[in-house]
Formats: sequence, structure tokens, C-alpha cells
Amino acid sequence: MSIDTETAARVAKLARIRVEEAELPALAQEFSRILDFVEQLNEVDVEGVEPMVSVTPMRLKRREDVVTDGGMQDRVLANAPDAREGFFAVPKVVE
Amino acid sequence: MSDLPKMKIAEARDALRNGDVTSVELTEACLAAIDGADALGAFVHKTPEVAMGQARSADTRIKEGGAPDLCGIPLGIKDLFCTKGVPSQAASRILEGFRPEYESTVSGKLLDDGAVMLGKLNMDEFAMGSSNETSAYGNAVNPWRRNGDETALTPGGSSGGSAAAVAADLCLAATGTDTGGSIRQPAAFTGITGIKPTYGRCSRWGIVAFASSLDQAGPMTKDVRDAAIMLRAMCGHDPKDSTSADLPVPDFEAMLTGDIRGKTIGIPREYRMEGMPDAIETLWAEGRKMLEDAGAILRDISLPHTKYALPAYYVIAPAEASSNLARYDGVRYGHRAKLSQGDGITEMYEKTRAEGFGDEVKRRVMVGTYVLSAGFYDAYYNRARKVRTLIKRDFEQVFAEGIDAILTPATPSAAFELGRQVEDPVEMYLNDVFTVTVNLAGLPGVAIPTGTDSQGLPLGLQLIGRPWEEGDLLNTAYALEQAAGFVAKPSQWW
Repeated sequence: MSIDTETAARVAKLARIRVEEAELPALAQEFSRILDFVEQLNEVDVEGVEPMVSVTPMRLKRREDVVTDGGMQDRVLANAPDAREGFFAVPKVVE
Repeated sequence: MSDLPKMKIAEARDALRNGDVTSVELTEACLAAIDGADALGAFVHKTPEVAMGQARSADTRIKEGGAPDLCGIPLGIKDLFCTKGVPSQAASRILEGFRPEYESTVSGKLLDDGAVMLGKLNMDEFAMGSSNETSAYGNAVNPWRRNGDETALTPGGSSGGSAAAVAADLCLAATGTDTGGSIRQPAAFTGITGIKPTYGRCSRWGIVAFASSLDQAGPMTKDVRDAAIMLRAMCGHDPKDSTSADLPVPDFEAMLTGDIRGKTIGIPREYRMEGMPDAIETLWAEGRKMLEDAGAILRDISLPHTKYALPAYYVIAPAEASSNLARYDGVRYGHRAKLSQGDGITEMYEKTRAEGFGDEVKRRVMVGTYVLSAGFYDAYYNRARKVRTLIKRDFEQVFAEGIDAILTPATPSAAFELGRQVEDPVEMYLNDVFTVTVNLAGLPGVAIPTGTDSQGLPLGLQLIGRPWEEGDLLNTAYALEQAAGFVAKPSQWW
């Protein structure tokens, strides 16, 4: 599978990672190499096989739908690069 | 230099109780060894004040009697574990400055037992790598060197700092995590023991997530007994991780009898790789002989989908990583890029992630994004998950046929040199060829040092066990350890 620079640019955009124009051809080549490697999976007959969803067969536990924690705004914000007036601050989101 | 850091957990546990040594003395000796070993790049955040406070409390607790096994034992903690108030950045620039407000369940359990945290250990960025070369802190270096040669070798990865620290006797043991081989491969490269337990044995809560269906924590220790002691302390159900198993945790140490008579050990023919070095072939043959001499029955088995484990892993792990790493957005913690006039929120995400992630992490996040994207989800991700079902079924079948454990090499080579030009990312991925099947199937696997190559470097074998039977697996490993009698240590150059 060969990935072109346009696809590489689209994937970078989807992943929200800025990639400079000049780096796109090398990136596309690396993707192609990795996808060639995983292409081997097409040799396997998977007809009628269920995709694995849980590693060990177990029923996920449920818990009571009640508040168990909270009231720690300062601690939640303690690591924020920009926190103001008790909120996370971000650049303009809408035009 | 004091010999105290050379102690094993079991020895120190007894010495602490007999009053032959105090945790304060042990901890001071480890801290001195760590300060003298900066050339190894193992400890990336040292926490001497925290450690000394914990050591003093441990000494009081031991005097009072009834203290847990790990009370007063100085450990290193992989940087992937969130440790309260102590930098925890998964060896990534994007988490620079992050000091968690909470403690991971596993490190918390160790600390509750009275263990002493000496500091945080180097690793590949977000545990993505097999040589510790993707770390934002720089390389960790293997304390082992080839005979008469000063070339710096990798301690393996991703738990490279943990492996180097234990092998160099900077701490008594360390925590590691294993997504595709990240405990077992570095253990094999440094002549120590490392076990990845069954998926669900250890809580993943508070461990920075890489691939949630594959990640497991485990101990990296100087021998099998220590692995049994430390694993018991790390395991157990945690309501904060819904995939953690609500099963009793046995006393693994008490199960170490060394008696494996009548056990059936499978030798999978698909693990005989083309171009495998003679030293690995020989090591494996010797391991088979040792187990046979100990009374085990050896049987050739087939795990037909082995060949597809690496390609399936390199779809599933990046897919999960791309989802897990979406949280690094520059808003709630860690790095945020400096923005230009007029930049909006999308530019903030894109610049922050471009600056914060290293090349291998970016590559995997983007590959994961691609295989999950519309139009490719079935062809890649779903197909890989189906192949994963088949890989697990291979193991289920041999276990149903009476196999108790499976013996394989741990790695396809001994430790290789740092800085080797790897132009092809796939070449590095091949390091995990013997270990990755175990993560895909959720099984326990342990690496034990059993020999050296012609250049004096340690080599390890891997034993794979039935789900939840770590005790039995460790007992087989114990028998192998006793037969191999591996006692070599790296000579100190750092």
C-alpha cells in the first residue's frame, strides 16, 4: 500500500499534529513501509472469526451511580498551562 | 561503595527484621549508588527527601512488627507511573512539569506496604520503543558491555531505565510496564528477571496509557523469588480499573518449590526464526535440557498464527495509542505551544502536539489514526482484532491439550549498540517478535537470564503460562533459574 503526501497530510490533520510541508514525503514513505508490513494480515483467513473485544472473558463490573469524588477544583486545575478564575483557559474557539 | 544495594528483596526483608540493617541505611546506600551512576541515565527524577522520609517510617513500622514484605525496601519506579507530587512525564516533552495530584494504584500499593521510592526511571517515550532511545530524557545505558569493548549498548525498552537500575544495583528492584515486551526484553538484555502478569492482574489506574488492551505492570527484579514477592504486592482488584480482575492474589513466593516433575512444557516450532543467532538457538536448547533434567515433559507444539502477531500488534497498539494520546491537547496538563497572533484552538492542538511528541510517538499516533479512519477501519483494525482472536485461540488449544507452560527465547539477539542507525521503523519492531504474542493473548510471561553470548552479554529465555497461573509459572521459572545458575554481573565502569 503506497501512501501519497496528500493522504499523509490528511492523517496528520486528523491526528492534530502539525507536519511541515517538506516533511510530508518522508512521512508518507514511513507510513507506506509500516502498512506494507501489516499487509501480511490479508493472508489470514478470518472468515467467521469474531474480533477480540475483551482480553480476558469477564463481565465488566458495575458500580452504584453515585458521586464518589469531587470538590477539588484547585487540584484539577493545578497542572493546567493556563487556568483563570477556576477554569481552563483556551484560545478563541468560535469565529 | 557499599554492598547494600546489591541485596535482593528477600535478603533485605530478613536482614531488616533481624535488625542487621535499617531501611535508612539501605536507602542511603542506594541513593549514593544512584548519584554515582548518572552515566547510566537510569534515574531521571531522584527523590532523596521522599525516600528518606519513607525509610524512617518503614524502620519504625518494622520495629513494631507485622510489617509487609516490602516494608523498607528501596525501589525505582518507571516514569510511566503517576506518583503524587513527583514529576511523571512518561519520558515525553508533552508532560514536562506534570506533577500528578494522585498516586497510581500499583505504586500506591507498594508505598502502602512501606516500600521506599528512590526516584523515577527512564523509559521510551510513552513506552513506545525497544531501546530506550525515544526518551525525552536521553538514552538509558546498559551496565553490561561486550568483553574488552566500550561500546555503549541499549538496556532495551521500553523499561530500559528500570532494567539498567536493577542490573547495576542502584535499587533492589523496580516497576516496569509491558505492552509488547517492555518488561521482558529489557530484563533479558540486562540479565535480570521480569514478569508481565495476566492482563487484569495489576490495575492500570494512574499508569499513563499507551494501548489499554495490552498494557500491564509488573516487577523487574534480581531473581524469581523477588519477582514473586513484589508481584504479589502489585496485584489485586481495583474498582478504578474495570478490567482489573476480582480474583484472590495467591502467595506466589510460597509456591516456589522448584518441583516441576510431570509438568508439560511446550516448545513452539514457529518460534524457530530464520536467521536467529546461534547463541539464541543454543540457549533455547540448553533451557529445554534444564527443564527436562528437572523432570518436566517436553512436547513440540504449534502456534500457527505466531507470524501474524507483530503485524496485528502494529495495527492494534497504534490504534489504541492514537485514542489514548488524544488527551494531550495542551489544555489540562503538560506542555502548551506558544501561539502566534490569530491562532485558534486547532492551531494550539496541532502546534502543541508537534512540539510535545517525539518522532516515534507521532508516527504511531498517525498510523493509528489512519487504521481507524473511515474506509480503513474494517480492512486494518477489525481484521487485526480477528487475527488477535486466532492468536489467543492458538494458546487456548495447546493449554487445553495439557501444556502447562511454553518455553521460548526472550529476544532474537543480545543487547545491541545505542545509536545504531535504524532507518526502517519496522526493523526495531522485530525486537518484540517473541514477546508480543503474550500481550495479544493476555497471558503471563516471564523472562529469566540463563546464559551469556560469546561476548559476555546476558541472554534470557521466556516462559509463558496459563492465564492467572503466575504462581505455577514462577515456580517453573524458579526451577529453570536454579538449573541455569546465572550469577554473572556487569563489571562497574560507570
